[in-house]
Amino acid sequence: MRRGRSGLAAILPVLWLALFFAFPFMLVAKLSLSDTALAMPPYAPRIDWSQGLAGVRAFLAGLDGETYGRLTQDRLYLDAYLSSLRIAGTGTVLLLLIGYPIAYGISRFSPAVRQALVMAVILPFWTSFLIRIYAWIAILKPAGVLNAGLAALGLPPVDILNTETAVLLGLVYAYLPFMVLPLYAVLEKQDQSLIEAAQDLGATPLSAFWRVTFPLSIPGAAAGALLCFIPMAGEFVIPDLLGGSETLMLGKVIWTEFFANRDWPAASAVAIVLLATLIAPILLFERQQAKVLRS
Amino acid sequence: MNGRAPTSRPQIGGIRETFAPWDDPAARPLVRFDGVSKGFGETRAVAGVDLAIYEREFFALLGPSGCGKTTLMRMLAGFETPDAGRIWLADRDIAADPPHRRPVHMMFQAYALFPHLSVAQNIAFGLKRQGLPKAEIAARVEEMLALVKLEGLGRRRPDQLSGGQRQRVALARAIAPRPRILLLDEPMAALDKKLREETQFELMTLQQTLGMTFMIVTHDQDEAMVVADRIAVMREGRIVQVGRPAEVYEAPADRYVAGFIGDVTLFPGRITAREGPLVRLQSDDGAFDAEGAGDVGDQVWLAVRPEKIAVHTDPPADPRNRIAGRILDYGYLGDWTTYLVEIAPGRTIRAARANATRTVERPLGCDDSVWLTFAPSSAVVLSA
Repeated sequence: MRRGRSGLAAILPVLWLALFFAFPFMLVAKLSLSDTALAMPPYAPRIDWSQGLAGVRAFLAGLDGETYGRLTQDRLYLDAYLSSLRIAGTGTVLLLLIGYPIAYGISRFSPAVRQALVMAVILPFWTSFLIRIYAWIAILKPAGVLNAGLAALGLPPVDILNTETAVLLGLVYAYLPFMVLPLYAVLEKQDQSLIEAAQDLGATPLSAFWRVTFPLSIPGAAAGALLCFIPMAGEFVIPDLLGGSETLMLGKVIWTEFFANRDWPAASAVAIVLLATLIAPILLFERQQAKVLRS
Repeated sequence: MNGRAPTSRPQIGGIRETFAPWDDPAARPLVRFDGVSKGFGETRAVAGVDLAIYEREFFALLGPSGCGKTTLMRMLAGFETPDAGRIWLADRDIAADPPHRRPVHMMFQAYALFPHLSVAQNIAFGLKRQGLPKAEIAARVEEMLALVKLEGLGRRRPDQLSGGQRQRVALARAIAPRPRILLLDEPMAALDKKLREETQFELMTLQQTLGMTFMIVTHDQDEAMVVADRIAVMREGRIVQVGRPAEVYEAPADRYVAGFIGDVTLFPGRITAREGPLVRLQSDDGAFDAEGAGDVGDQVWLAVRPEKIAVHTDPPADPRNRIAGRILDYGYLGDWTTYLVEIAPGRTIRAARANATRTVERPLGCDDSVWLTFAPSSAVVLSA
């Protein structure tokens, strides 16, 4: 009986991953190796099941990497790729700079206050993501809240909607909890007597922070950075709503290829390339997580 | 040491003390607590403590948990600020100094080793903060590793060490920068009994070799008795008694100290007569003679330790300080056997006998009728 249950428990995640990750991933991979066609759905080859095994063989013979070749020929893809990584990277650095002091600050409060503050960090999730990003349009648009505030202070207006600045603002705003929470989890657990020991041995409070608190919080920082970087690199909604046509990001490229150009193979190939790039940080993240769990 | 003449009176505890700067009026204490108080919210953790600790002394703060001993130590380290009073270190008021500027180092209860640093880096931490040259730091780290018998383990991480080894690293780390006084917060709480006893003697040897001043906080009276030159017994934020282990044990200041350190039987009663150094006390359990202070009519308590009560199978000839009873229970501890003797319904006394021989002609057992006696000089008269 027990053996049966543990067997089921082991098989469930495998089943889940097979159904919702491996299978769709293979579909996308297959699509990326297909060619566009004026058909519905708009790609070829497709398996002709009536031919049996020969049909499958013919289908496999029809697959090629031509689409990937196309990606290297158009600068647009490379530009979008690099700019995605750059924007996600900049966003991650900004998130670390903003998230660390917030997480550290929260961890210094008494447990009751800490709980309330963590709640406040999570609270925005209770409102629809889309609505919150739309709200930024209202804030950043030329006649928006931001410029009204600047005018009231006698400052010149800024026009940042539909720029990379706006995208970064949106990313930092939307992903902040993903940075703060893992950092907070590490900082909150930290043994206070380590700081006391450092000060006892002659370290100033600042030096105790840099030599003890900070190095011990690196696993949390790494977890937060990867947790933000990975989805930000493929982010679509924020660059689409706040970045206008100026900002090139892979998420938008995929959307355009798929819906505007009806080029399913190209959209799939871009998605595969993005995934391949992110595998390294994802594996790194997994290792970090394992480390945090062990400690 | 200070030229005390050998007295005609027998010495308390039977140990001749040669190190006793606290008896020397010319000696300046290294640390002085001067009316120090500290409260947390409503509770008064430390209430008006005066205390002097001398150079090269091994001083113990002893008391149950919550008696304020840790708070007192943390105030010396600088982690707590006194609400009132002053703390002097080498004739300097250190109240305003933050922890990192005090030449006082602490060995933390759970050791607080830096998990991201190697053993050698842990030990070097304080030395680096002092800005010592690299070569000197390396030499001092090696010296410390040898001192705590951890040679060759400098590159290990704390999580690769046993509990006993971690304790040594914590010790080495705290003494490496040569503090004026080393504070030990329940340093042996995490060790098992055998290791704890070994470590106690190692600590004493270390303290004497280094000639350093140690202050230990502990709730374990045996530990305090073994390691300390002097013990301060604390209760509810106050110091009840300060003295050498033998003084605290053989001449407790009050019933609390008598009961906290070791076992004791108390006979409440009234002094009915005085004859030279002897007082006669009338209690519900009979009349007893004892050496001690007090005037006729005083309400006092007679305190007798189990090992000072002799157990006889036949009635002793001398009727003084003699109690008849029946053995209720006994515990054989190897070196000692303790007897629980009922002397009246519901009234029991603990007596202990050293097992000096392997075999006994007439072994005692439950329900045996026995006679208990103690010498007048073996009982202590307590007025509080």
